[in-house]
Formats: sequence, structure tokens, C-alpha cells
Amino acid sequence: MSLARTQSIAEIRARNKELIEEVLKVYPEKTAKRRAKHLNVHQAGKSDCGVKSNIKSIPGVMTIRGCAYAGSKGVVWGPIKDMVHISHGPVGCGQYSWGSRRNYYVGTTGVDSFVTLQFTSDFQEKDIVFGGDKKLGKLLDEIQELFPLNNGITVQSECPIGLIGDDIEAVSRAKSKEYGGKTIVPVRCEGFRGVSQSLGHHIANDAVRDWIFDKIESDGKPRFKPTPYDVAIIGDYNIGGDAWSSRILLEEMGLRVIAQWSGDGSLAELEATPQAKLNILHCYRSMNYISRHMEEKFGIPWCEYNFFGPSKIAESLRKIAGYFDDKIKQGAERVIEKYQPLVNGVIAKYRPRLEGKTVMLYVGGLRPRHVIGAYEDLGMEVIGTGYEFGHNDDYQRTAQHYVKDSTLIYDDVNGYEFERFVEKLQPDLVGSGIKEKYVFQKMGVPFRQMHSWDYSGPYHGYDGFAIFARDMDMAVNSPVWKKTKAPWKETSSAKLLAAE
Amino acid sequence: MAQSAEHVLDHLELFRGPEYQQMLAKKKIFENSRDPVEVERIKEWTKTAEYREKNFAREALTVNPAKACQPLGAVFASVGFEGTLPFVHGSQGCVAYYRSHLSRHFKEPSSCVSSSMTEDAAVFGGLNNMIDGLANCYSMYKPKMIAVSTTCMAEVIGDDLNAFIKTSKEKGSVPAEFDVPFAHTPAFVGSHVTGYDNALKGILEHFWDGKAGTAPKLERKPNGAINIIGGFDGYTVGNLREIKRILALMGIQHTILADNSEVFDTPTDGEFRMYDGGTTLEDAANAVHAKATISMQQWCTEKTLPFVAEHGQDVVSFNYPVGLSATDDFIMALSRISGKEIPEQLARERGRLVDAIADSSAHVHGKKFAIYGDPDLCYGLAAFLLELGAEPTHVLSTNGNKAWQEKMQLLLASSPFGKGCQAYPGRDLWHMRSLLFTEPVDFLVGNTYGKYLERDTGTPLIRIGFPIFDRHHHHRSPLWGYQGGLNVLVKILDKIFDEIDRKTNVLGKTDYSFDIIR
Repeated sequence: MSLARTQSIAEIRARNKELIEEVLKVYPEKTAKRRAKHLNVHQAGKSDCGVKSNIKSIPGVMTIRGCAYAGSKGVVWGPIKDMVHISHGPVGCGQYSWGSRRNYYVGTTGVDSFVTLQFTSDFQEKDIVFGGDKKLGKLLDEIQELFPLNNGITVQSECPIGLIGDDIEAVSRAKSKEYGGKTIVPVRCEGFRGVSQSLGHHIANDAVRDWIFDKIESDGKPRFKPTPYDVAIIGDYNIGGDAWSSRILLEEMGLRVIAQWSGDGSLAELEATPQAKLNILHCYRSMNYISRHMEEKFGIPWCEYNFFGPSKIAESLRKIAGYFDDKIKQGAERVIEKYQPLVNGVIAKYRPRLEGKTVMLYVGGLRPRHVIGAYEDLGMEVIGTGYEFGHNDDYQRTAQHYVKDSTLIYDDVNGYEFERFVEKLQPDLVGSGIKEKYVFQKMGVPFRQMHSWDYSGPYHGYDGFAIFARDMDMAVNSPVWKKTKAPWKETSSAKLLAAE
Repeated sequence: MAQSAEHVLDHLELFRGPEYQQMLAKKKIFENSRDPVEVERIKEWTKTAEYREKNFAREALTVNPAKACQPLGAVFASVGFEGTLPFVHGSQGCVAYYRSHLSRHFKEPSSCVSSSMTEDAAVFGGLNNMIDGLANCYSMYKPKMIAVSTTCMAEVIGDDLNAFIKTSKEKGSVPAEFDVPFAHTPAFVGSHVTGYDNALKGILEHFWDGKAGTAPKLERKPNGAINIIGGFDGYTVGNLREIKRILALMGIQHTILADNSEVFDTPTDGEFRMYDGGTTLEDAANAVHAKATISMQQWCTEKTLPFVAEHGQDVVSFNYPVGLSATDDFIMALSRISGKEIPEQLARERGRLVDAIADSSAHVHGKKFAIYGDPDLCYGLAAFLLELGAEPTHVLSTNGNKAWQEKMQLLLASSPFGKGCQAYPGRDLWHMRSLLFTEPVDFLVGNTYGKYLERDTGTPLIRIGFPIFDRHHHHRSPLWGYQGGLNVLVKILDKIFDEIDRKTNVLGKTDYSFDIIR
């Protein structure tokens, strides 16, 4: 299906550049100028992808981005299972983000775990007019009474909180004192702050620093005896069990995982992390801040890793082992060897079905680059990628380690641009989010959600790779895609009605 | 290692194996988890009457509400007009949420733009965002109309939509005559049903009352047509199509206002239809001339219907009519207003529903149900259950108010099967959890989130409501009309029979009742 295979790099570059020019024509002049900076064709050897990023979205274009609240409550804090996370403000934010991210955890929900409950202060007009601090105080009392086994509480601010001048810090401090030093974390993640989810991640990281790390009182009794092999998994949200299929590899190689940030994580794990010998960082975008902080304050080194696809997994296991002694280095080799037959089996089964198929991605966090290796392990080629809320350091990593020459790059892409790009490049698969899924499926393009794993997963680790391969195969090779045209109608390529 | 290429295990099975189970057990050391005895004790305590009392004494905390916020309803209503792009003025994350929410329910695209306001707009107001936003989406998405609503951010800072849209037009964002109706939809007032109401009223006001002072007001020239308003409805695709079929059968000239039954059910044939179907703008304007307007959901049209009445039309409202009597009332109202005869076909369809109820009522009769959802849906389902001889023991609506409660109690009092049944306005699903533990029922009717209640309390869930995320395609079948009633009956019966089978299928223990004929 793909056009890319028959063309030279130069031809692809020219085509992609032309495509960008064509897409920009739809905009009013001012907007075209702004959007032009976010679209590019990657040139091999460059240190980044040549696009501007982490800049305000343009009004009215149908950006795919979310907000700071989504970055804090939805991503960073929400998965901490033994804390109650209050969506503080009107009812909607908590409602739309209720249980949809698939942060798996083990616990007795509603008793000692709270991830899939929707706690909200359900602001009414009077709360806006008179302020919500009193309500928040009362609400915290009610949580304490009805959910007595919660190990802590976070207050996730929605837009109005910062606008009406509520002092959630004062309420949190006072109530913490009243409850004998309980961890209560006010988070200033109002949705209007910043340009995307990204600032919410940063604010959430800072809240861990200020309201957890800075408040840990050393009682001289560590809950467990430290070992030289203690590591923390940072930036894995355990979507569909990702952190578990990662943890098992780390433990098999002889390391001990003392904390998961934040999928299936707990307050105790956050608090214990400064005892780690190494922080291993999967989602750099959302948790580099706290990793850097722990490096500066506690001297804990951190290393990025990538557990998508066997090539990157093996590379990462060796990289992580490099921080430890021979025992761990041998452990890494042992793990790689152990899983090689599984890898061989998966590739033997799925690569022939997927070889040469092209993919376009548009996701958040680490995925626009991290999953490329996994596709390549299956013989697939990523011909376009972009970040919902990446920064320049993401595009640097992408350019230096992941994308091929002439890959189409689109930062903060919007509905119109993405549809046009896909329509023209005709990939065999698009990997993006729920808002994009049905658009492309209507166009007859196979699709996988690459935020939620389309309700599948895990995709991390060797066990996850088998699932990833199966899922990509079932998307690309589903018989339904051959049936989108009624047999009595002539076939033509995917096309857009609305945008014409 | 359990994983293999031949038989790929995903999350459903992978983690159940011994390797993962041991790993997770070891993880507990680091979690500082609670003593299992204490967890068990508290778990049991949450099931008690004492806990229920504390739970119902809550004043500030809401846990698991069954409602969303206004702009969601505004977006839902807006896409029901031909070529209309909803434009939500405020923070952009909200729009990402509405789109995701609607897509997860309908398994369809959901198109909507935001004015992407950030800190500077919080300080200076969002006028520039409106000016740029309207210009951009007008060029890019070529809408026939842009329907503006607001997030709570824009409401808190007090942005004036009317003035902003006027200024944007002056600045050339969109042509002066281009239709940009608007509605203020603060998230901290009411719920998504309120937002539906406000947005629809805003659109009708725009067309009927002089387009925000830019055109003469329409002079009503009454005709014989009937307007239908569906209200916020997860079954809008199936329901509105069924209503249209009934209207066609009766030969009634009509306009469905906010008809989103096409845009939420487009084919997969190689084309993405960002806009599809919908009430034409011409029909929306001409709807002022109709003889009457019927709202299928009273609490979705609390402002719209009086507005329509002020223009001289007869107005009638229903409460999500499901089942025999409610559909009878609806059909007879259509006949009365239009002067058209009720065709024999509808009488036959009615007879089939009666037939089905007669065949099956023994299995439903006397069963106790808990229902939760939007106020009208709760009312409609409770009425149908009473008709089936079932007892709607708990009827809970987070976005129901005191007036709803009174109307519900009247309905419950009208039937011997409503004795002891109770309506709960403003309560959430954590309250429902206490109700199900302390006053158990046989079945629960609600949206996808009811599965948590099913898990905790063991009450089997019949999925009727919004959103339904974890079952597919139910929105395509109607719940309205006699045929819709039949669909609801079958949903209920299927669950009842599944439960009977589940309880009687233990080999050698209970399977004497594992009957082949029921």
C-alpha cells in the first residue's frame, strides 16, 4: 500500500516538503507562519528534528493536546494507588478522566486502593463565588472518615482554583497537622497553566519534591534493608501492566525494584526512592524533573531505557547493568538469552506478515520515538512521527537515536494536518489516540491506540513485545480493511470530505 | 515463562501465572500495605448501616458521580446541526476530554475545537483566542455554522461571548452573516443535560430572535409541523431514527432539532465525514413556524421549551418514554397535535410489545431493581419497570433535583409496585453502593461505571445509560417506540436468564434447575 518503498530518500524528502507546503495553504497567513515551525522533514545527521515545540497551541485548529490537570492527575499522580486524589473543582475533569488510562494496580478498591474511584469537590456556583477552601477542609474530613485506610491525599486543582484565589496549600497544611502529619499534597495543576499536559507533569514532579521528599522524617527505621541492587522504575504508568512486564526482567537480572513511579505505586514507594542506587527512567518527558532532583539532592544517578521491542530491550538491559557489577551484567545476558527463543518465535510468526509495512505515529510522552524500534524489529517502517507535548530534548533524542532520514515530523499536529498527512502518505498503520482512531478507521486505515494500547497490553518487556506484535498484525491484516468499499462501487484511496 | 508466540497471553491471563504472582507478592514489602485483617474489617464495615449513615451525611465530598459537565452536553447538541463545528471557549484540555468521552461511547469520531486559553488569557481575557480561533477553524474545517460554548475557565473570568463574537466578526474572523450561535455553559452549574439545554436554546435563539441583533427577528407563521427534541441521549442514534420512522409512518411533517443520529453513526467506506446529517440551518430557522415542539426529555429542555412556548408554540415534554404507557402517551400526543390517525402498523407494534411482556413478565414480576442515570432516563426506565410488575427500589440521579424527586415519588406512588421505592436526587454511586449493601436488590440498571458496583455488591448490572464504554454498538438500537421497549425488555430478560443459569449451573449441586426451557 505504501508509496514510500518505491521512492528514493530524495524523492520522499521532496514529497514530504511539498506536502507540508500544501497543508499550510489552508491557514490564515499568521497561523501558517506559526504552524510552519512545527512541521519538518527530518534530515539525517541533524541534532534535532528541526521543529519548534512546547509552544502554545493555536486557537481553533483542533489540537489533540490536553491540559496540566491531565498531566498531573491523569498521568503522574492518579496511579498512586493508596492515596486519594481529589479532582478539585467542577465535576467534568474527574469524570472524563475516570478510569480511562488503564493504570493497573492490585488492591482492594475503595478500602485500601482508590485509583478507579472518582473523588471530586463538584464545585457549584457558590463555591466559585465564596471560595472552595472551607468545602475542601470538610471534604478532607469526610475522606478520612469514610476511607480511613487511605495513606495520603492529593488535591488536583482544576481551572477555577487558581482563578478564584483559593489557598489549597493552607488547607492542606492545616489538615495534615490535624490528622497527625498525614501526607496531603496540594497540586497547582490548573488546566490553563502551560501549553499542554507537559507542565502538569512538571508541577506534579515538583509537588512530590516539596510535599513528600521534603517532609520525610527519618525515624531511623527503614522499612526494608537496602541492598546494592536497589533500583526504582520511574515513568512507567503500568498501562495494561507495562511496569509489571518490565519489573520482572529487572528482577530476573538480579536487581531489586523498590519503587514504581507511578503505575501500581504507593506513597511508601515514593518515599523510599531516595534509597535507590539507580533510577531507571522510561518516560523521560513526564518524570525527568524528579530524576534530576534526586540526582542533585541524593546523588542518585538515572538512566533512560526503552523496553519496547527486543533490540531496545537488550540494549537497555545492558545499559542498566552497566551501572552495576558483573553479577548484574551476567544477569542481563542471562535474561536476554532466556527470552531469545520467545523473540525468535514472535518474529518468525509476525515479521513475514508485517515486513515493509509503514507506520505513522502521533502520541505523547516517550512513545513517538520509543516504539519505533519495536516496529523495526517486526520489519515495519515509521515514516512519520510527532509529539503531542514534547520539548526540544525529546526531538533531539528522536533525531539522534530513532528516526530515519526524511521522516515526516509534526509537532502538536491537529486534526486537519494529521488527516491530510495520512491521506497522502497512505501508511499501513496509524498509531495515535482515541480522538484519532475512528477518523482513520473511517478512511480505511488500520489503527491502534498507542496511549491505552487499545485496551490490550502490556507492551513493555519481552512478554509485552509478543502482545505488541500480535496486536499490530491484527490491526494491519484484519480482513475488514479489504471490505471498506462496496463491491459495486469503484475503489479509490482514502479521502476526506470535510476538509475539501 | 508462560508467554509464547503460538499462544500470546495478554493482560487478561499473563499476570495470573506463578512468576508474576510471586513478583507481585514480593512487591508488597515496599508498599507498606495495610494489614489484611484491617482491610477486611474496613471492607465489611463499608457494607453496614452505620457506614451508610455516615456516607449519606456527606456534604462536601462526591465519589463516583453519575453526571458530567455542561459543555459536554453543548457539544453533543451542536453536532446535531448540519455542518456545525462546536467551538468551546476556554482551556483546551476540556475539549480533548469531551471528544474522548463521546468517542469512547459511540466508537465514532468527535470533532470539536477549543480556543486554547492559557495564563495570559486568564489575565487579559480570551478575546484574542476567540478572534484567532474562529478564523482558523473557519478556514480549516469549512463549517456551515460554529456553535460556541464555554469551559469553566472562561466563565470564571467572565468572558462575554456575545461581545467577543461580534468583535471577531468585525475583525474578519468569519463573514458577518456567518452563523455563530453561542451559549454560556458554566461547568459549575447543573450538568451535561443543562449544557444541552443551554446550547440548543442558544442556537434556536440565534435563528429565531434576530441573530444577536444582526438580522430581523423571524415572524412566526404557524404551520402544521412538529419539532422534536431528543435531549442528551447515549442512544441518540437508534432513538432518533426510530422517532423519524414513527413520524414518517404517521405522515407527520416534522423537524428533529439537534439531530446527531448521523454524525455519531457514519459508515466506514474510505471517507471520513467530519459532518454528516444534522438539522439543516434552514430547518432550524423554520422550526419557529411549527405548530408544536415535543421534548423527549423534560430535564434536558427546562429553558428551551419555555423559550419555544414564548414564541407561540404548543409544547409537550416527556421523560425518556420507554415501554407501553409512555410510548402510548407519546404516540397519542403526536396524533392529537398533528391531527393524524395512528396507523395500524403502530397498533401492531404495540401489540407485539404487549405480547412480549405477556410472554415474559413472570420472570420480571416482583424483581427489585436499582436504577441510576440522568433524571429523564431514570424516570422512563422506572415507569417501564412498574409496568412490568417490577419494583424500582432505588432510583438515583446525581443531576436530579428536588422537582425530579417529587415527580419520581409521584410516579412510584402511582403503582402498587412502587411501594417502598425511593428516589435519590443529588446522590452519587458511592451512595448507591451503600444502598445496594443495606437494601439489596436483584438487578442494577446503569452505565458502564455500574460494573464497579456489580463487582463490589454482586448486583448484576444491566447496561443502560451513558456512557457505555465497555460494550459495543448498543447506541445503535432504539429504546424509544414500541420496538425500543422491546429492546429494553430483552436486555433485562437476558440478564435475568443469565443470572438464573449462572446460579444453577453447578454440576451435581444446583443443576437440577439448569433448565433448557425457560
